Amino acid sequence: MTTISDPPAESFKLSMLIYDTRYRSMTIQVVALIGFMLLVGFLVNNTAQNLATSGKTVSFGFLANPAGYDINQTLIDYNNQHSHFRASFVGLLNTLLVAVLGCITATVIGVIIGVLRLSPNWLIAKLTAVYVEMFRNVPVLLWIVFSMAILIETLPAPRDFRGEDPAATMNLFDSVAVTNRGVYVPEALFSRSLGDVHLFGNSPIRFDISLDLVLILAVLIASIFGIRAVRTRADAQQEKTGVRPKTWYLTLGILVVPLLVVLVALGFHLGYPELKGFNFSGGTYLRNSLIALWLALSLYTAAFIAENVRAGILAISKGQTEAAAALGLRSNRIMSLVILPQAMRVIIPPLISQYLNLTKNSSLAIAVGYMDLTGTLMGITLNQTGKELETLLLGMLVYLIISLSISTLMNWYNNRVKLVER
Amino acid sequence: MKKTVFLGALTVAGLAAGAAAAATLDDVKARGKLNCGVATGVPGFAAPDANGEWAGFDVSVCRAVAAAIFGDPKAVEFVPTTGKTRFTALASGEIDMLARNTTWTFSRDVDLKFEFVGVNYYDGQGFIAPKALGVSSAKELDGATVCIQTGTTTELNLADFFRINNISYEPVPIETNAEAQQQYLAGACDTYTTDASGLAASRSTFETPSDHVILPEIISKEPLGPLVRHGDSEWADIVRWSFNAMVAAEEYGVTSANVEEMASAAGDNPEVNRLLGTEGNLGEMLGLDAGWAKNIIASVGNYGEVFDSTIGESTPIGLARGLNAQWTNGGLLYAPPFR
Repeated sequence: MTTISDPPAESFKLSMLIYDTRYRSMTIQVVALIGFMLLVGFLVNNTAQNLATSGKTVSFGFLANPAGYDINQTLIDYNNQHSHFRASFVGLLNTLLVAVLGCITATVIGVIIGVLRLSPNWLIAKLTAVYVEMFRNVPVLLWIVFSMAILIETLPAPRDFRGEDPAATMNLFDSVAVTNRGVYVPEALFSRSLGDVHLFGNSPIRFDISLDLVLILAVLIASIFGIRAVRTRADAQQEKTGVRPKTWYLTLGILVVPLLVVLVALGFHLGYPELKGFNFSGGTYLRNSLIALWLALSLYTAAFIAENVRAGILAISKGQTEAAAALGLRSNRIMSLVILPQAMRVIIPPLISQYLNLTKNSSLAIAVGYMDLTGTLMGITLNQTGKELETLLLGMLVYLIISLSISTLMNWYNNRVKLVER
Repeated sequence: MKKTVFLGALTVAGLAAGAAAAATLDDVKARGKLNCGVATGVPGFAAPDANGEWAGFDVSVCRAVAAAIFGDPKAVEFVPTTGKTRFTALASGEIDMLARNTTWTFSRDVDLKFEFVGVNYYDGQGFIAPKALGVSSAKELDGATVCIQTGTTTELNLADFFRINNISYEPVPIETNAEAQQQYLAGACDTYTTDASGLAASRSTFETPSDHVILPEIISKEPLGPLVRHGDSEWADIVRWSFNAMVAAEEYGVTSANVEEMASAAGDNPEVNRLLGTEGNLGEMLGLDAGWAKNIIASVGNYGEVFDSTIGESTPIGLARGLNAQWTNGGLLYAPPFR
């Protein structure tokens, strides 16, 4: 005869916000959010007030004004009468250039060093360990300045190449000039050039793309597809008959012949650097600032990547190596066919953050006078216009977009190579 | 992540724009010393001497203001600034005044919200090149690599000069004077350009100064002077008249040697009497002691004395007075009357 009555309806009391575990976490979050908003509000208010006191207004109109300063390394056409926006865009492209170059070389060096650090050869393993510890434990700014100092102090000045008995001579059959201002290498010229295609009309982000380059790239890509087709056919034949047909001459032919035809059709020839007046002219000029920055960023980041690679390889169980060896594979094939593909899924996530680091570290470029985004927009433009808030906000936004783009791209790649679990 | 960046930006902005409040004099007095922005090291103008004490032509302006306020020229905290950091340092209140060979231009005065209180050196931009280069005029520099301090007016003048003369050049932007000298001496640039006074100062530190020639072209007007923030005119007055006192003292023959004697009792020249506080109450109007100008001249010296001892012809820098002579000697220095 028991009657089950409903428990008495609980009335909500204010103290339950703290003492009842059902509400407590909510309370804490709400309080934290309010505190955060107050902080933001205070900062915004403080900024606005101080700007008003010093009589400054926030506006981005200065971006359309003529920049008035020159930039030495420009990937697109630019002169000092172009706008600040254009100058910033030149700087952005310089940032991207050194970031892309740096990421590629850092990956190559990093993978090699990482693999070598696990070498059974004592000397090689220790030497690479020294490399890693040396580069990882010294601030990258010092490496940048150090590389620049070495380039400037040890290499000959252009004027040393002059005269009857010059103190310095050009290398590689007089085609490469290594000076303390930079390296001049022969440039590719086309006597029957297809010209350029102009993108974005007259806007500040207009740029030209050389049709010659597009054509050469297209031919190269087509060749690679051709080589793949040849390889697939060879595989099929091997499956059927057990004998793999010889394909190397076909592969070589597909790669070289179309390219040669295109180059001859375009009238390809090399333009050599020549000492004229104060400097060399002609050829492609790699400035010391770019070389020093590129070198230092690559070597520094490579040390971190090497450690990621080593960790990735060590994460693969030894059984894999032994099983592959039992199948009769040689050690370099074990590495490239068995270990590295599996190690990739461990390596890639930290690799993303190394790429991000390298890109962000490239903002130290001003230490060697490389005109990147920090040097143009957040450097000279800031200084000449006095728009600290606007330029810094813009600069941060651009770096944010670059970094997020890199992570998106790398995450997409990571999703492709990661272990598929069922 | 966006929020973090936003917050960071606002913090920077808050710091940069903060402390633009008035009553700088009260802050300085409460602190007990003057925060003065100077160059990171230009021999003769602003550089630490063998004992680590800052000395030089620009430094003496800071010392003069400190002497006027505290009676002690050593009550200064020197903040080395580069061409890039100087304005942010001043706008943010990190320094009370800037005495760093800074060119007085319209946009800096009006748009950047600063107040130039005078001109302590009339300068112009020049070029230095090794004699061995065989260049006798800046117009022969077609295709040359030019070292330049980034974030300065010289950068813009350079661009204009080469554009007007329709010749090309390769700019090498550099942060500080010392780095620029190093690159220039290593031959990484053919020529170095900055204010002619700075070039003379740099050349004096070279191993063999006679191997380098300053080209005859002066491509710009560079009136260099101390500056303060907008918004505190009383403070600007103190800096302005501290400097004017040094100029006027030279004009009236008041030197560090005879100032004590002249200030002990009112003399024949009423202008000198008012300057030295034996007549009138100019010091009180500024919010300072009556002996403010006497302190400046006694401890720092008048304009001519400072010029001669830091950058004048008897020093390694060896600059002639030129435009910087008193108006009575055909120069441009002309202190407004003290009355």
